[in-house]
Amino acid sequence: MTDVIRRVDRQSRGTAVGRNVGRLDAAVKMSGRAEFVGDLEIPRMLFGAVLRSPVAHARIVGLDTSEAERMPGVVAVLTRDDLNDLDPFYGHAIRDRPIIALEKVRFVGEPVAAVAATTVAQAEAAILHIDVEYEELPVAANIASALDPAAPILHEGQLRSGAAHGLGDLPDRVGNICYQYAIERGHIETTDASAAIVIDREYTFPAVYQYSMETHAVIAKYSGGEIRLWANCQHPFLVRAEIAMLFDLAIEQVRITVPFLGGGFGSKSYTKMEPLAVALARKAGRPVKIVNRVDESMVTSRRHGMKCRMRTTATEGGRLLGREAQFWLDTGAYADNGPRVTATAGDAAPGPYRWQAFRVDGQCVYTNTSPSGSYRAFGATHLQWIGESQIDEVARAAGIDPLDLRRENLLHRGDEIRSRGKPLDADLIGDVEKAAAAIGWGRERLANRGMGVSVGLLAAGAHPVSMATVKMGATGGVAVLVASTEMGQGTRTVMAQIAAEVLTVPFSSVVVAGADTGFTPYDRSTGASRSTTVAGLGVERAAREVLDSLLETAQEVFGVEDPACLEVRDGAIWNGTDSRTMAELVVSRFGFIGGELVGHGEVKPESGSGSYEEGPVFWEVCVAAAEVEVDPETGVVTVLQTATVADVGTAINPKLVERQDEGATVQGLGNALFEEMIFAEDGNLLNDTLLDYRVPTTMDLPERMTSIIVENHDGPGPFGAKGCGEGAFAAVPAAIVNALADAGVLMNELPLTPRRVWQRIQQLEHRSSER
Amino acid sequence: MMQLESTINGRCTQLEVNDNELLLDVLRDHLGLTGTKRSCEVEVCGACTVIVDGLPVSSCMLLASEIDGAEVVTIEGLRDTTFYERAQEVFTRHATVQCGFCTPGLLLTLWSLTDGRLGPLRDLREELSGNLCRCTGYQSILAAAEELTS
Ligand code: FES
Ligand code: FES
Repeated sequence: MTDVIRRVDRQSRGTAVGRNVGRLDAAVKMSGRAEFVGDLEIPRMLFGAVLRSPVAHARIVGLDTSEAERMPGVVAVLTRDDLNDLDPFYGHAIRDRPIIALEKVRFVGEPVAAVAATTVAQAEAAILHIDVEYEELPVAANIASALDPAAPILHEGQLRSGAAHGLGDLPDRVGNICYQYAIERGHIETTDASAAIVIDREYTFPAVYQYSMETHAVIAKYSGGEIRLWANCQHPFLVRAEIAMLFDLAIEQVRITVPFLGGGFGSKSYTKMEPLAVALARKAGRPVKIVNRVDESMVTSRRHGMKCRMRTTATEGGRLLGREAQFWLDTGAYADNGPRVTATAGDAAPGPYRWQAFRVDGQCVYTNTSPSGSYRAFGATHLQWIGESQIDEVARAAGIDPLDLRRENLLHRGDEIRSRGKPLDADLIGDVEKAAAAIGWGRERLANRGMGVSVGLLAAGAHPVSMATVKMGATGGVAVLVASTEMGQGTRTVMAQIAAEVLTVPFSSVVVAGADTGFTPYDRSTGASRSTTVAGLGVERAAREVLDSLLETAQEVFGVEDPACLEVRDGAIWNGTDSRTMAELVVSRFGFIGGELVGHGEVKPESGSGSYEEGPVFWEVCVAAAEVEVDPETGVVTVLQTATVADVGTAINPKLVERQDEGATVQGLGNALFEEMIFAEDGNLLNDTLLDYRVPTTMDLPERMTSIIVENHDGPGPFGAKGCGEGAFAAVPAAIVNALADAGVLMNELPLTPRRVWQRIQQLEHRSSER
Repeated sequence: MMQLESTINGRCTQLEVNDNELLLDVLRDHLGLTGTKRSCEVEVCGACTVIVDGLPVSSCMLLASEIDGAEVVTIEGLRDTTFYERAQEVFTRHATVQCGFCTPGLLLTLWSLTDGRLGPLRDLREELSGNLCRCTGYQSILAAAEELTS
């Protein structure tokens, strides 16, 4: 394989990679013609509405749908009674979630029944006429109450492991703890002997909502032995497998088409509304469309809230010794991606430093709240602000500049990160120095202002299995079939650039359609910053196969024995000064204006099984710097500037890389400063609209945001690329927290709302006046 | 049920709507104008923005009956303007479009800012604070808006 790549590299010189080409989908999206699931209609389609539980934990003792069934326009009402012929549990990590509530409900918002009717209004009217009798059970609405020995147990019995968690054998459930992840290096006890600085604190991280502006939406069609779905899912192939399993069909009998996604950020990863929609369509005997409202999507997926205790030790001179971390992630009533989030958080806990020893113990906890799944940079975002805050505390205690302390203690390229898996593949010191310089690190500090930096790593790439097909037709046009879902990140554009580069054709001659499991080859998922790196490599390989076919035909046409004498440029193959366009070569290959060249690209684990512990594909760098100002009278924190580093190996499209980091910065800022889902003791979500769950607007922006692209051409993806787009999310809250501590307010709880910060300032003032 | 007549994207349109129907639903479901997007439904996000008699409004909060006799422009109508042509070039150059779900509403807001009817422009950040975008981080939106309004 290497041979082929080297040969073609010398021969082919494209111009598409590294350029800020305009997005393929800009025009169609601006015009309003871009189709999202909510815009689609299929023949005979009905509309679904979902009746959701008003209580957090209860046994369903009565369920009467007779009145609803008689309502105008109603075609079908789905309840647990319609699932008797199925094993109705799904969950890629833990098969703990029924398609619709069976004997119990476990969170406010859990689907209890669903109606299919001719119009949305009719369906919504009908669900109000379903009578449900609940026998309420004790509620564990937060981590503390779920861990209490007297807590109600959400899931009795043995948990079944799902098919796609990639985490090896899952440990048994202990009480409400559904997954545990522990890592240990060296003997933490022995490091205490030389410790002069000990930082030991508890921390709280909020549950937050991804808020992709497009809510979860799906159209399902069930017809004898075949299921079709139009869904805004990020991982259509994993959803396909779960739907096939649930409805007892072969995987190939399920087909999922994914149009444009109106944002994802992890909220649409894995299986969400699809099983319910299929079950409803099966009952109705007609296709059904379900489009969530925002309040429904808020209880469909969210980010885990967390409690953490961390302890860091160092020598008097600021040499880091040991770190211990224990944390508890609130995964809500069903595991969703909780186990993976726990593992990723565990890996992020030590931070990329040269420890003598560390010990990490993470627990994923069921509570009677809505399920938590993936959100951009999960795990890393949870832990980085805590770890980095302790690093800065060490620096302050040792009297060392935080940047210098990092220079002394950070891991270097090639250093081991965990006993199995990939060593460090980036220059962290160089990265953090760039971020610090960008905000003017070392400048004299003004009153109530502070600066902070943060460094971390995120296990990226997920399971490295992706396929792609590249086709070239007789007019020289190129089609790329790849299942990375276009959710705003620009994957279609980047894939087109990669194919154009290999084939030396104009970017504009490449077409990239969306994912359709019936036609696009397998791609594990769109997430974990993997598309450019993993699926992109598949596209590169597929394009090279097409190129090989072209070279083969060119050899015949030119009568040349050695393909190495041929040169590929400008969409043509050259033999000295003689050339044939690629279109001409396709025509001469098939003898008429028709036929097509098809290249297949396969990416699989290079060694081992590609499991989580053997990974990751690459370590995504999470580096940022921030400057903040705090108003001691009000507790209001203003982020004055941020700088983030996208260490991407090679930027296929630099502008798209910048957009990724800008978007991640602002989401990170919201998570750090004010976003928080507030659950009451009874499990009710108190702020379930965008009126009281606030996300950043233009008014919340820092005056200056700098995104720095670092290109060391050291990634495992095409042309030395590696992924980006998540690292900044993990790094920004950490940099903000450190900047605020630098301004004199050390916080151990997010978000940094004025009230919380003000209270902390009062505490600090009180303490210093007592002294 | 009520009958109403309004000019939608330059075309005189007769509609029969329920008293409680929202303009957003009428545009999307009755008229198939799906470029107008539904998201927050509480007048926060701006995805459903359309222009009614020259002013940007959230169609998720306006009863359809209110547009009787009014002139409505949606993204489908904006496409034929010279503003749109310029916007296309500027948005593409700044890579302002990401998932695109906020884009139609944003374009209509921007258009209303350029025609002077809203009076002198305030700070652009303020003007655009009613159009959420979860993808871009707003830098590319502000850069494009700067060009389009100057
Ligand atoms: S949907 Fe109308 S403002 Fe959000
Ligand atoms: S581009 Fe996705 S919300 Fe703005």
